[in-house]
Amino acid sequence: MSTNCVELRGLTFSRGQRVILDSLDIDIPRGKITAILGPSGCGKTTLLRLIGSQLRPDQGSILFEGTDISRLRRQELFVLRERMGMLFQSGALFTDLSVFENVAFPLRLHTDLPESMIRDLVLIKLHAVGLRGARDLMPAELSGGMSRRAALARAIILDPELIMYDEPFVGQDPIFAGVLRDLIKRINEAMGCTCIIVSHDIAETVSISDYMYVLSEGRIIGQGAPDAVMNSDDARVRQFLQGLPDGPVPFHYPAPDYRSDLQLEEM
Amino acid sequence: MLSYLQRLGRTGLDVAAGFGRAGILLAQAVWGPIDWRYGPGLLLRQLHFVGVYSLIIIVVSGVLIGMVLALQGYTVLVRFGAESALGQMVSLTLLRELGPVVAALLFAGRAGSALTAEIGLMKTTEQLAAMEMIGVDPLRRVARPRLLAGIIAMPILAQVFNMVAILGAVGVGVSWLGVDAGSFWSNMQQSVELGEDVMNGVIKAFAFGVVVTWIAVFEGFDAEPTPEGISTATTRTVVYSSLAVLAMDFLLTAIMFGVD
Amino acid sequence: MQSRSIEISVGAFILLGIVALSFLVIQVSGLTFADARRDTYQLSAQFNTVAGLAPRAKVMVAGVTIGRVTEIHIDPVSVRAVVDMAIDKNVDYLTADSIASIKTAGVLGEQYVSIAVGASEDILKGGDRIRDTQSAMILEDLIGKFVTNFGDKK
Repeated sequence: MSTNCVELRGLTFSRGQRVILDSLDIDIPRGKITAILGPSGCGKTTLLRLIGSQLRPDQGSILFEGTDISRLRRQELFVLRERMGMLFQSGALFTDLSVFENVAFPLRLHTDLPESMIRDLVLIKLHAVGLRGARDLMPAELSGGMSRRAALARAIILDPELIMYDEPFVGQDPIFAGVLRDLIKRINEAMGCTCIIVSHDIAETVSISDYMYVLSEGRIIGQGAPDAVMNSDDARVRQFLQGLPDGPVPFHYPAPDYRSDLQLEEM
Repeated sequence: MLSYLQRLGRTGLDVAAGFGRAGILLAQAVWGPIDWRYGPGLLLRQLHFVGVYSLIIIVVSGVLIGMVLALQGYTVLVRFGAESALGQMVSLTLLRELGPVVAALLFAGRAGSALTAEIGLMKTTEQLAAMEMIGVDPLRRVARPRLLAGIIAMPILAQVFNMVAILGAVGVGVSWLGVDAGSFWSNMQQSVELGEDVMNGVIKAFAFGVVVTWIAVFEGFDAEPTPEGISTATTRTVVYSSLAVLAMDFLLTAIMFGVD
Repeated sequence: MQSRSIEISVGAFILLGIVALSFLVIQVSGLTFADARRDTYQLSAQFNTVAGLAPRAKVMVAGVTIGRVTEIHIDPVSVRAVVDMAIDKNVDYLTADSIASIKTAGVLGEQYVSIAVGASEDILKGGDRIRDTQSAMILEDLIGKFVTNFGDKK
């Protein structure tokens, strides 16, 4: 068996006329943290949805532990997804359930454990994210950072082999971002699971990832160990990583000549 | 001209595709084994959300409509000295048409829009996607109990509406305008048939319940996952389900009471 | 605790629905089941004209409903209207010389069949015919007669 948990081969996905992902080849090594970086709207979230098989690719294959998940049927997918965890951008806690019930939800569905054991497992995971005391709160009563941590506890409750993080650091203050970063690292080390982080938050992501891909307009423009990518010579990678306003990604939306547009010619 | 035709064709195809999606949603939500892991709690909660919350508006509107019917009916009937037929007029109007239809319209406005908004919000906040990732089919866990609850609640609401409306008519007709209570009730009882009038009303309400909740749930799932998308979907629910209720009412009336 | 209050309110809601339905069934419809379900026997009667009588109209004796009109058709031989009626089984006092007439309840009311019971020993059974009939009074005819009489006198 290969050392990769997920392998994407020639993955193409388009929405209407717009090609979002253009024949991508990506390997996600097992047990490592892989970061997928790229500017907003480059198809990162779509990529996660494809790996979670909530979307079907137009072309190409998605291998998860050797199985091509893009060929599976609906009910087979539901079984397979028990082995995946996903932390959504907004947390996506179920608003009608308390924090405790949210975390217990996958357990109640997929296992027949007695109530006392469910309670212990949920409290262990809640303790790991520091929310053991918040178990009886409703999601509406949590702050953004707290609900994301509760969602993280839910994502890891079944000890999945693969955890996907969709923009985990977006909209977080530095303290929470730091907390989350350490959590992701600790979970990865403690559970030995494969992690995919999709983000445009470079500093936080680079510090914990083992391997990086940089995506732009549906293509891979750079990949490698974090150090190598950070020191890349590629102009597009440099522009993104260093946050330069103008470069290969132009500052201006395509427009006719400025002077003629302002009708300054006659003067 | 040609582009106009083209647009017409595209709209037609969109409508057909929408019907297809709605049908697939209904089939997937309804077929398949009942999952006892969810228990009756989900259905109960939805019945509470859809039924009990709609009760106040149904009762208040019912009483008012009954009172207005009695007042209007009286002013017409008293000219022919036939005000004792007030009970008959009010009850037949309510049982056959007004009860199920008005209750369904109110239900679409109160419960249907709330269902759409709730499901749309769940979609926007990625709760539906999260369910899928946890391995739960949102059609089974979210759509099915809501559909069931709406289908159960609608006939109940319509009958409650009929009852309070008739009581409202009694209040105005008998207590205020002085129609004889005995002839009011006996006229009513002689002209109302159990099978023809009461049961057909129940069947109508049931059919409206299916259509309104189906549209509401479908629009929720089909909404664009943006705040704007939710608001358009909610509007669409109310508009489409009102139109569907009125159109179906005509069809059902033609089948039930039409000349054969 | 919260789920318990939901259970109670949903239970009350369903109960209210049952109450409403029974109210409609008992108080509003007066529990008049469809006629076919009741035990009845068939009688028929021929009229010169039924003018406005419709199926499901009431059949009354002394103002009390004892049955319904089930069908109205025309007898091709005599060219008279034949009215079939379903009479309740427990009505066993309709004599052979009873008179059936079509009457109107009030000026604008609905038309019904009124049966006046005679004094004969013979009792009508299922499938029998009432011989003596009085046809419906037609308002136009009456007015017509009245006008012609009035004209003649002058």
